Amino acid sequence: MTAGPAEAIAAAVRAGERSAASAVQESLAAIAAGGELGAFNAVTAEAALARAEAIDSAVAAGEDPGPLAGVPVALKDNICTRGTPTTCSSRILEGWEPPYDATVVDLLNAAGAVVVGKTNMDEFAMGSSTENSAFGPTRNPHDPGRVPGGSSGGSAAAVAGGLTPLALASDTGGSIRQPAALCGIVGMKPTYGRVSRYGLVAFASSLDQIGPMARTVADAALLYSVIAGHDPRDSTSIPEPVGDLNGPLDGDVDGLRVGVVSELCGEGIDGDVLARLEAAAGALASAGAEVGEVSVPAAVFGLSAYFLIAPAEASSNLARYDGVRYGLRVPAPGATDMNVATRTAGFGDEVKRRIMLGTFALSAGYYDAYYGKALKVRTLVVRDFAAAYERFDVLLAPTSPTVAFRFGERTANPLAMYLSDVCTVASNLAGHPAISVPFGSGADGLPVGVQVMAPALGEDVMFRAAAALERLLPETQPATAGARSAGAVTKETAP
Amino acid sequence: MSDGPGSGADIVWEAGSPGLGAPAGTEWETVIGLEVHAELLTRTKLFSASLNSFGGEPNSHIDPVCLGLPGTLPVLNRHAVELAMRVGLALGAEVRPSIFARKNYYYPDMPKNYQISQYDRPINVGGSLELPSGKVVGIVRAHLEEDTGKSTHVGGAGRIDDAAWSLVDYNRAGVPLLEIVSHPDLRSAAEAREYVTELRATLLAVGASDGKMEEGSLRVDANVSVRPLGSAEFGTRCEVKNVNSLRSLGRALEYEARRQIELLSSGERVAQETRHWNEDTGRTSPLRSKEEATDYRYFPEPDLVPLVPDPAWIEQVRSELPLLPRQRRHRLAAATGRPPARLALVVERGQDELALEATEAGADPEAVLKHLEQNLADGTGRLTAAGLAGLITMEQSGELTSNQVKEVLAEMVTSGESPATVARRAGFEAVGAGELAGVVDRIIAEHPAEWQRLCAGDDRERKKMQGFFTGQVMRATKGQANGRDVAALLADRAGA
Repeated sequence: MTAGPAEAIAAAVRAGERSAASAVQESLAAIAAGGELGAFNAVTAEAALARAEAIDSAVAAGEDPGPLAGVPVALKDNICTRGTPTTCSSRILEGWEPPYDATVVDLLNAAGAVVVGKTNMDEFAMGSSTENSAFGPTRNPHDPGRVPGGSSGGSAAAVAGGLTPLALASDTGGSIRQPAALCGIVGMKPTYGRVSRYGLVAFASSLDQIGPMARTVADAALLYSVIAGHDPRDSTSIPEPVGDLNGPLDGDVDGLRVGVVSELCGEGIDGDVLARLEAAAGALASAGAEVGEVSVPAAVFGLSAYFLIAPAEASSNLARYDGVRYGLRVPAPGATDMNVATRTAGFGDEVKRRIMLGTFALSAGYYDAYYGKALKVRTLVVRDFAAAYERFDVLLAPTSPTVAFRFGERTANPLAMYLSDVCTVASNLAGHPAISVPFGSGADGLPVGVQVMAPALGEDVMFRAAAALERLLPETQPATAGARSAGAVTKETAP
Repeated sequence: MSDGPGSGADIVWEAGSPGLGAPAGTEWETVIGLEVHAELLTRTKLFSASLNSFGGEPNSHIDPVCLGLPGTLPVLNRHAVELAMRVGLALGAEVRPSIFARKNYYYPDMPKNYQISQYDRPINVGGSLELPSGKVVGIVRAHLEEDTGKSTHVGGAGRIDDAAWSLVDYNRAGVPLLEIVSHPDLRSAAEAREYVTELRATLLAVGASDGKMEEGSLRVDANVSVRPLGSAEFGTRCEVKNVNSLRSLGRALEYEARRQIELLSSGERVAQETRHWNEDTGRTSPLRSKEEATDYRYFPEPDLVPLVPDPAWIEQVRSELPLLPRQRRHRLAAATGRPPARLALVVERGQDELALEATEAGADPEAVLKHLEQNLADGTGRLTAAGLAGLITMEQSGELTSNQVKEVLAEMVTSGESPATVARRAGFEAVGAGELAGVVDRIIAEHPAEWQRLCAGDDRERKKMQGFFTGQVMRATKGQANGRDVAALLADRAGA
């Protein structure tokens, strides 16, 4: 078991061997040095240092600050932080300071973690490359000419670039897992309802879920265990208690039934990605897992349903940004004109595209053909997965069809961009947990992620398989062919 | 949510024009269905913790959730659900598993620019309301939804898009509402008023709402159409909004029905539209046409889970329901033998319990009801059923005159004392038989000429003189003599 950087910091701080202040200073220095990555929208250095000192005082007083004692954490900029701007990388929310913390922020604080800043993202989490941010792109630490994936590109780059050991992000159709894969880190989407959405600015409420990004599976599990649990402020929160994950992380995969999703092993998936998936399947088999192929038809056609359900909910969720109460207001003679002027100026193209798509899908006369049908497909997705989980404990699939792509490569073609999510949306539609684990490199030495999916509340078995993959990785790839080292940021002209 | 297919009006009322070209002299029938919004008497809002209370400084009862701030989520108020179930069960509705839906439209006083409401699966389905007249009005549904804030448009024509500025108060945003939709079963403005009165009484009885129309805690929208009497089809309807009192409901409905009849009588069509009632001009005017109606793009609210009340909870709520106005009317009807319609006033004033007890104590039901209806409009105060029954006995036995009864009754309301005590203190003890005979004889002796006219006159003259002598006796006894006893004595002395 590899000790992750977060585990190491927390253990040292709790033992009084290292100060939280030093851990936070180190992170702040790395953030300053990695400025070219464009990972952060805001850095809360002063508050972070003050908090680190408070944690150090607590340790000195013999108190235990918690399982994340002194660990710097970056937050995607759609997670509300009291008194710190929460922008969703949108002009329409620029400068808005929530009067409350998200539940996950409360939980981080209670666990001794130190929030160091807010990370860049595709505007309102709509995108797969972070190119849709109103505040500029985030670069992939493995190649500054390439995107970090999205929508949580800032959080992924922060962790992959060594700026913070941990980050929180949100995943609506793959927004944690895809950038994790493209940046060579671990990214996990919990079971829907496992982590409170209170304080997560909504994109698509029935799909959104907050989850951890980390450099190791154990670090991801540690962060997950801190944020998971029932929250009475979120009606969709699951009341069942969260189990202990330490056992699963050390468990072997002997006899574990692993199904490789056949629909995600062919057309549309690049060869280098497939090669790593096969290597992962082979490694698990050699470790004693029973690996087989399984057909999950809905895993693919779920994408169309996703691009109706998510925009439909978004069209309603984003209606509140009207210039009346907070955020941007573009003055105009009448209230309606003001609404229109504000939204026209405040939203970027992709957000507008999805609002229009969603509005259309919900309109009278089209509801049954689009939104209604998408809900039926969603039911089929759940049914197909249920059938697969009768035969397998976990499913294995690529996380992204390709390695990180170049800036501008897909921006001209929204549909090509949407295909980036093809491997990940099904878990959101089904509400199931899934994790992307780095599994070597593909074309141009860029990282490839492998995705482990599990049934609802199957986080323990999912983490067990993910930890095994992490342990087995060195056996599958000669050390010389490893991915370029993370954090190797070269100064290159902005795209 | 008048425009949604879930409202009874839309299900039942197909637009048609059966009155077109109706021959002169056609008799018309008005068809009315009502949508009543009642604010529920919860302590906090439907989905958040700020107070549900009328008035207060603008924007003093607000919180991040009811303001719809980014990242906030609604949590359903259990008490609001219980009150909704109470109303549903009182109306004989079926309480069903339900879901919330988003009704999407833009307005500055709606913080999220969608309203959380219920659409195709409301909590209460079906039921009916029996009016005092005995008419039974069908209920389509009664569903939960959140209220909006309030806008004040300053300058211009006072409308949102030409105002100089607008002020928004979000105190009301998120207050729980129950929308109760009737079938188009009402046939006149008077009936509509009777329905709202009875519904309000029912809401008050179950403690669901304070029913104050003037404060907006009870709001009524009316769907109105007309058709030739006897026609089976419905006419094209208009929805009338901005009706803020029972009186204006009656006026607005009468105006609107007359307007539609005039249109149809002159060969024109009624356009399906929403119309605004203007209290000052006494007219309705078009607000928006059917074509301009908003597409609300309803879809299931993903931030809330289905509302599935435990059957045991439903049964508990049902078992805790108080007697409803209808049940109280029927109960009193059974005890008094009078029709329920007659008893509406007494029940409405909450005097039926007293009436019931007084009747059970043996008092004449008619006398009990008469006193309650005529002499106790301002309340019964400390009056007891036994006291009322005793007073009626004294009245009917002739111990007290009707004027004395009124005075004693008023005193009993204030003091709660027995009628005998009050009457004695007031000196209202009836004049004894022997004493009265003495008075009569003295008066006869004092007025020999008049007595002669009484004894010898014709019928007319005798009646006139009887009146004279009765008056004299009453004056002499300060009105305490019993009129029947005086008449008997006069007849006896006249040898008749």
